[in-house]
This record gives sequence, C-alpha cells and structure tokens, in this order.
Amino acid sequence: MAKQLKLWIDNVEVEVPAGTSILDAAKKAGKYIPTLCYHEDLRATANCGICVVEIEGQNGTKRACSTAVWEGMKVRTNSKKLRELRRTLLEMILADHEVECPTCEQNNRCQLQDLAYLFGVDEKNMPKVRKPQPVDDDSFAIVRDPNKCISCGRCLIVCQEVQTVHALTIDGRGFEGKITTPFDKGMLDSPCVNCGQCTVYCPVGALKEKSHVEQVWDALLDDEKYVVVQEAPAIRATLGEEFGMDPEKVTVGKMYAALRRLGFDRVFDTNFSADLTIMEEGTELITRLKEGGKLPLITSCSPGWIKFMETYFPDLAENVSTCKSPQQMFGTLVKTYFADKEYLNPAKICSVSIMPCTAKKFEANRPEMRDSGFQDVDYVLTTREFVRMVNEAGIDFKNLPEEKADDLMGQYTGAGTIFGATGGVMEAAIRTAYYVLVGKELDNLDIQAVRGITGIKEASLTVPTKELGDVELNVCVAHGLGNARKVMEWIQSGEKNYHFVEIMACPGGCVGGGGQPYGSSIADRARRGLSLYKEDKDLPARCSHQNEDVMKCYRDFLDAPNSEKAHKLLHTYYFERNAMSGEATKEVTHKH
Amino acid sequence: MKFYRSHILIGIDDESLKAGVKRIENALRNELEKYELADEINIMETGALGYFGTGISMLVYPEQITYVNISEEDIKEIVQEHFLKGRVVNRLVLEEKITGMYDYNYKGRIVLSNSGLIDPEDIDEYLGTGGYEAWEKALAINPSEIVEIVKKSGLRGRGGAGFPTGLKWSFTAPLEADQKYLVINADEGEPGTFKDRLIMEGDPHKLLEGIMISAYAIGATKAYIYIRGEYKLCISRLKKAIEQAKKYGLIGENIFGSGFDLDIKIKIGAGAYVCGEETALIESMEGNRGTPRAKPPFPGVEGAWKKPTVVNNVETITNVPAILQNGADWYLHFGVENCSGTKVYTVMGDVKLPGLCEVDMGTTLRTIINQYGGGVKEGKKFKAALVGGAAGVFLPNKLLDVKMDYNNLKEYSAVLGSGAILVMNETADIIDMLWSVIRFFRHESCGKCSPCANGNEVLFKLIDNIRKGEGKKEDLDKMIHIAEMMNLSCFCALGQSLLMPVKSAIDNFRDDFLEKIKK
Repeated sequence: MAKQLKLWIDNVEVEVPAGTSILDAAKKAGKYIPTLCYHEDLRATANCGICVVEIEGQNGTKRACSTAVWEGMKVRTNSKKLRELRRTLLEMILADHEVECPTCEQNNRCQLQDLAYLFGVDEKNMPKVRKPQPVDDDSFAIVRDPNKCISCGRCLIVCQEVQTVHALTIDGRGFEGKITTPFDKGMLDSPCVNCGQCTVYCPVGALKEKSHVEQVWDALLDDEKYVVVQEAPAIRATLGEEFGMDPEKVTVGKMYAALRRLGFDRVFDTNFSADLTIMEEGTELITRLKEGGKLPLITSCSPGWIKFMETYFPDLAENVSTCKSPQQMFGTLVKTYFADKEYLNPAKICSVSIMPCTAKKFEANRPEMRDSGFQDVDYVLTTREFVRMVNEAGIDFKNLPEEKADDLMGQYTGAGTIFGATGGVMEAAIRTAYYVLVGKELDNLDIQAVRGITGIKEASLTVPTKELGDVELNVCVAHGLGNARKVMEWIQSGEKNYHFVEIMACPGGCVGGGGQPYGSSIADRARRGLSLYKEDKDLPARCSHQNEDVMKCYRDFLDAPNSEKAHKLLHTYYFERNAMSGEATKEVTHKH
Repeated sequence: MKFYRSHILIGIDDESLKAGVKRIENALRNELEKYELADEINIMETGALGYFGTGISMLVYPEQITYVNISEEDIKEIVQEHFLKGRVVNRLVLEEKITGMYDYNYKGRIVLSNSGLIDPEDIDEYLGTGGYEAWEKALAINPSEIVEIVKKSGLRGRGGAGFPTGLKWSFTAPLEADQKYLVINADEGEPGTFKDRLIMEGDPHKLLEGIMISAYAIGATKAYIYIRGEYKLCISRLKKAIEQAKKYGLIGENIFGSGFDLDIKIKIGAGAYVCGEETALIESMEGNRGTPRAKPPFPGVEGAWKKPTVVNNVETITNVPAILQNGADWYLHFGVENCSGTKVYTVMGDVKLPGLCEVDMGTTLRTIINQYGGGVKEGKKFKAALVGGAAGVFLPNKLLDVKMDYNNLKEYSAVLGSGAILVMNETADIIDMLWSVIRFFRHESCGKCSPCANGNEVLFKLIDNIRKGEGKKEDLDKMIHIAEMMNLSCFCALGQSLLMPVKSAIDNFRDDFLEKIKK
C-alpha cells in the first residue's frame, strides 16, 4: 500500500495515499476544485489551467489535476488572485469560442458555460479572436464544429489512447493548432469508426451526433408514413438519469408510453431482436464447435467494432459472426415479417431506432443493409436525441403511465436486456448455448465472471454436452477498442485460444455508448450495467430461447435459426477498409 | 612539424559560407602558389572570428592583422603587398581599436578560448591547446568528486534559467538506473542568439570534452546533442569531431581502461522554439510532437525514454573542461559572488560592431555595448536593449549600469536569458518591437495549453490594434494583466515568460504607447 500523506486543503486536514493528485485530495477534503479539460476517466492533460491552486511557500501556481501531493503541503484553492486568474482564462477561452449557447447541443450541460457563469465572466473583456472554420458534417454519425472546440484534448485521448483509432489528431501549433482529422480531410474520409466516445467526453458542443431529429419529426407528422420504432437495451438504463428519476432503475413502461405519445404507430423493442441474435449467433457458435469451423467466434453487434475490425484486422473477418446486429435484424424484419403480417406496403414504413450509439447511424447507412429491398433502418436517434424530442413534445415523462410494447416484436427476456452491458451478449449466448448443447437450463444463470467493468474479462467453463461429452469453453469479453486491439493481437499471434469472444466498441458496452448523455463516466456506465442485470433478474424469462415472439417468428416466417431464409435476411458480410480513409476496398467475407 | 612564416586564419561559419568564403580561399591559395609562397604561408580554416557585419574576414599571424570585407579582387593585392612585400593593405584592415576588444590573449576566455584560433575540424589542434587533458584527469577521479567540483565552482545553466549545474547533476548522479542520458540542448531557439552555434562551429571538441566529463560525472553512457537542423556546419563539424574522438579512443567502450562507456549521438531538431524547454525537447527527441511534459517527475529522475536524464545547454557544458582542469577556485575568480564564470553574449542591433563576446559575469550592459559592440552606431542615442532574447526584458537607459548576472538582474525583474542583447537607438519603435516579440510567441506557442495559445492570440490582437493606431488606453493595463495571468497559469516557461517583454516595454516606455494610441 502506498504511503499515507497528510496535507491541508484550505486548512482542512486530509490524508491520502502518495501519488494522489491535489484534485482528488481536495475532493476527499470536501472541496471541488473547478476543472475544464480534466475528466475523471482520462489521463490529465493539464491543458486548460482552470484548476490552478496556490501552495504555501511556492511561487506561482500548480495545476491540481496533475500535481501529486506531498507531505505537509498546504494548498489554497481560492484566493483573490486565483479567482481573477480563472476568470481571465475563461475569458480568453471564450474569445476563441463560438458562443451560441441557446441553440447549442450542450446548453445547460456545457462545462464552459457553467464555469463562465460561476466566475462571473464578462465576455466583452477580451477582443474576439476566433477565426470561423467550416463545420465538418459529412460523416454519417459525427459532426465536428471546430468553432466551438476549446482544444482541451479529451477527444484526442479517447480516440488515440482509449480507442486506439487515431481518427482525431492535432494539426499545426499554437493558436493555429487545431484538433482535426488526419490531413484535415474530415470525419467521413478518416479512420473514424463512429463510436462517438469523443462526443461523450467533449465538454463543450464541438462534437455531437449527426442529428436525425428533424427527419423523424417529419415522418411522425406525415400521415402517409407508418412509423415503427425499436429501442436498444441500454436506453432504458439511462432514461432515469435524464428525467430526474431513480438512476438505478430501468425505465421501460414509461419509455413505451412516451414513444406512443410522440406519435409512433408501432412501438416494438430491440430486445426482441437481441434474443433473436442469440438464437442465430448461438447456433452459429454451436455449428462451428461441432463442425470445426473458424474459432474463436467473435460477436458482431457493435458497429463501431465492426468498422474497426474491417480497418485494422480484416484478416480476422472470418472469425466474426455473420449475424447482423440486433438493430439491423430488426430493421429487416420490420419491412418483411411485420409488413407481411400487417399487410403494409414496406415502402410506406419508416423504421426508426433509438440507440445509445452513434455508429448505428453509420451502420443503418451501410449500402449492404438493404435486405428487405429498402433501407432496413431509416433513422437512428441517440438517447440524447430521444430525450430532446420528448422534452420538445412537452411530455411529462416522469408521470407517464407504465405501458407495454406492441405484440409481434415487442417481447423480450433477461438475456436480451443484458445486451446493453459489457459481457451481456456473452452471458446471454452461454445461457442458450448451454441449453442447446446440454439439453437443460444452467443451474445458475448469473455468469459473474463476464460481468463488471474490467477491460478484458476471461472465463473458462465446462459444458457437459450430449453429443461431444465435456467441452471446455474458453471465452473472453473486451470493451473499449484499445482492449479489443489487445485481444485481437493475442488471437493473431496465437497467444490465446478462445472459443467465443465478445467485443463492444465502447467502454462499459452499450450503456457507455457514444449516443449516451454527455459526460457519462465509467462510474455511470457501471451503474447502468447493474440496473440492466437487476431487470434481468426480475424478468420471468431470462433466456433467449424462451422468447415466445422469437419462436413465433421462426415458426411463421424464418423456419429455424441459421435457415436459408434467416441467412438471407439476418446475416451479413464484411469488407476490408483503407486505414487512412476508412473506405471499403474489397469484400473479405461473402454472403451465404 | 613544419614551420611557416605566417598563418592566415579564415573564419568559416554559416554566414561566410553563404558569402562565398570558399571561393575566396581558393583564390588566395592559387595566388600564393603563383608566387611560390604556399610553403611559407599557411592557410587555416577556423570558426567565426567573433565580429559580424564585416563580410569575409581573415586574421594574419604573427602580425595580428585582421582583414575584413575581402572580395576576390582584393586577393591579388593582399598577396602581392602583404605576403610578398611585407606591406599591410591598410584599406582592408579592421581598426585596431576594435581588434583590441577581441584580445585573444585575454585570459578570461573560457568557452571561446580556441574559437577563431584553431582549425575546428582537426582534433590535433585541439589537443595542441591542452584539449582532452581534463577528460584524462576526470577519468582518474570518482564521478561524485566531479559533481562536487562543479557544484563548488558555482557554474549555472547558461540556457537562460541559471539553475546551478552541479545541483542539477546531484539529483541524477546517485540514482541507480540501467540507463541514464545526458542531453545537450543545442536547439538555440531564442531569437538573436547564436552563441552556441559559434561555440560548436569554432571549437566542437571542447563541447565534446565537456560532454564526456559531464556524462561520466552523472553516470550516463549515452549522450545526445539535440541540435537544430539549420545548423548544418555545426552538425558536420560535430560529426567529424565525434568520429575523430572515437578514432582516438576518447569515447567508445571501456575508455582508457576505465570501464566507462560513452556514446555521443546527434539528434536533429526542426527548430521549434518550445523544444528548447527540456521536457518538450525530450518529447521531440523521442520522436513525438514537441510539447512539454508535466513536472514532476523531473527529467533528472524520469526523462528521455523514462530514464534519468540531465539536459544542459551547450555553453554550460563547454565550461566544464576548464573547471576540471583548473579547479573550482580558479573558476570562482571569474564573475561575481553567486554567479561565477563568464558569459557569452551576442550583441546586435544598432551597434557599430555586432558580434559575439565572452566577458565576466557581472559586466555592465554599458560596457558590453560600448566596448564590445563598439557603441551605438551612426552617433545616435541609446534607447533600449532587449536583453535575453524574445523572452527577455526591454532595459531602458537608466539601467545601463546594471551588473549583468542572474541574481542582480532579477532585482530589476530582468533576466540574462540566453545572452542575446538587441540594442535599439532613439529612432526605434518599441511598439513595433513588442509587436514582433508577441508575434514570435504566438507563432511558437505549441498549443498544448490554452492559457498560452489563446493568451498569445489575444495579446497579439491588442498590440496589433495599438500598432495600427486603433488601441485604447486601457489596453495597456489589460495586456500586462493578461501576461501576468499567463505567467501564473501557462504550462511551461514559454507562455510564462512573455510577461517580461510585455511588462518591461509598457512600464518603461508607456509614453511611446500612449502617443501611438492618441494618434
């Protein structure tokens, strides 16, 4: 254990282990030192200077975020000079910031706005020095507004160090230095995988999703359109925070009610197709195990991960499940299965999904995702966009009645709901694969080894199969693309031999997706994951093969898991991509 | 050894090369051969002779005649008159008064003792001046003793901050590590400073000897010279010198059977000002974007490639051989209390004789300008001197007699910096000067921290407005305020030091600013 050091923060005595930053020590002493570029999940860059403090006996100031404490240190977090300093720094930042607070995505959440208000900043004190720059909005998923960027560097750390994608970089120096894409070519023409983690960590409104709100409103208010909606598992774990309810509980019934009040004609649930994914992917795993197919099988639900794989590990494409993601399976079925059942013209159906994800916007626009004969999913809204629409419509979310999803594609099991947390797909797949291979349900459905926020989780379980005897199943779960990269390198080198690997592009899984509320920390993500596991525990059915709507879909429409029809509609293929431009250069796997 | 009647020393540096010194040297050689004088008169290439603005120059020994502004047409006359007939060509001779200032026998020349006197590309010439004796001496004593000697000598970093060198070494020397590094900061980014270039061009072996002793003292088996890419002649001379030292067994493995290994390598920088900051320099050396690192950990504990690393300036290290050879007490004779030794200054601007000089620490600005710079040119009056480079201070007339050393200047909120002295006469426009200083900082800010990037931009906007006659009276105090805030909050010394030029210019010459604003 590190040595304990005693120090004083504004005359409050506090003891912390050696190596603690002044910022963290101050927190322990009950004092929040103002910060702007700092985020608890990320390495301190010490760029903004807002967190400066004075230390007795020392000249000048020190940055609280990046200065480790020492024994007997006497810190002053507030003084006339420090207030003046913080105010001036903020004024200088605002001098280079496009101030359009009322219409900004981050209005009322923006950390710069908060600090400017708290420190009584007078914007007029400084001459404006901002040089207008074009907004980069060509990407399917992410919009970058350099006019608002304050060069805090958080997005750089997330993109380069956490996700190891390197779609964002710094170009030029000094005031001219700006955060941009490689060679300033724009997000569309970059290795960006659309994970959107940059948008979550941006403290101002410089990075946000490409909005589909207007298009969805147009569809909803168009009598000709039949608008169908699906919501991802992770959404329900987040809405509580957003609408001032218990953040530790999932919000399902009110979510359905709100969607109906927004005017959606049919309210289904992506959890349905999560269960369907398990049937397809589980069967694929069993087939590969039995027939000696390519192993490990790697999950394919996360579109950020898929583009990352196509860009950096196309040689592993055959290991990746051919299953479409739950969103895309759902989209295809809406315009085929559902349209058939309801005698609807699929051309008139508008298929909308609500996702915790920005990469889903890219995925919905992939040219191959048109197996229904139309674009399978028309519009994708992030959690943030959905909340904004609910608020715009004046819906009193908190006091809505609890409603149910519509029949046919609305039922789900606990296995579908835990898709939203890292390890959830793995756990759901194990539950069903065990049942199929052994012929009975697992005694304990909670597979703790794959749960939790650890970056790379490994487990080994013995499955007493009917046909093959005892099978040792080695599995691995990784979330965050930096961790995914490590696991892929182990697989490439043969260092590790897994049978099944789950990858989620975002730290924490979908509950930490790029479309989730701004500023979501790892702690928030862990809490949301737990609320999904809690919902799972409380549901009557907890295994995908127990989903009656899914079974009905197979009976009435798809025949059986991995059937020819299922392959045609629910499976896909992959490309190799240029690591500079992200452009698809050739198909590396093919459709069955 | 061959005896010559006369030696001609030709100053070869970046400037003279550009001016075509090689062509003139060839012409001289041919002309001497024509009169069969090649056996009697020796031509030697050396580093810069010390003064600038005098075109191509050469120094003739033993007569101690300096010819300046030589053109190809003059060669014939010089050879015929001087070397054949023994008559000095007076029209080309530099005034004796000036050459006197560059008294080569002045015992105070430590760093520049050989510059302009020996052939820098020949290790034997350096050995002939007693070179590498200190290195031999060093290897016979304990490294910790060397640290003590340097501590006692009071040597302070000549890069600008003036941190005691021995103290810096004493943090790293006792550390146990599988690898330690000595890095020589030869980035010399401070505008108007070219002392390190001339030291390296004129006497590269002295720097190498300093590196050897210093590396041995701190236990570094690898030394890097981080040098700016524009210094082509330095790079080639240093490379040659390293090769020669290797050949003589002065560096390499198990040097002189001491068990100590040392390798010296050159790393070429791209000339970013911020890379003169030691942690940014290390980042750049590792191949990363040159931006400063958080301190602590200090480089002395965790520097290049996470290993203990001492970063020292060229001039600092070049002092070390003499200190070891002559002892700490000898060194303490030079300079003033708490600031011993000499300092190399580059004097330029409105002086008669811009150039380089090495004088005792504590010499007044007036002495340096008048004696070594030849005074303000064209009979104009002195107005100000920007001392210490762009990150320096505008010193007005009333501070001309301030003693120039690290401690004393601090009392006047000034710094010695890199030793650049830019002299301005009465016609100089301080607003213009400050404008270009801020423009320089704005250009060189790395952009890592927003107080520096944005602060510089805002300051530039304000000074630009004032310069255009659109400024307001309150802008002056606002500029000082912003610079003060930057001084308190910028991540590294680059942004912190802008306060000095801004505050000194506005405080000392406020009337100039007000006049501009009124217009």
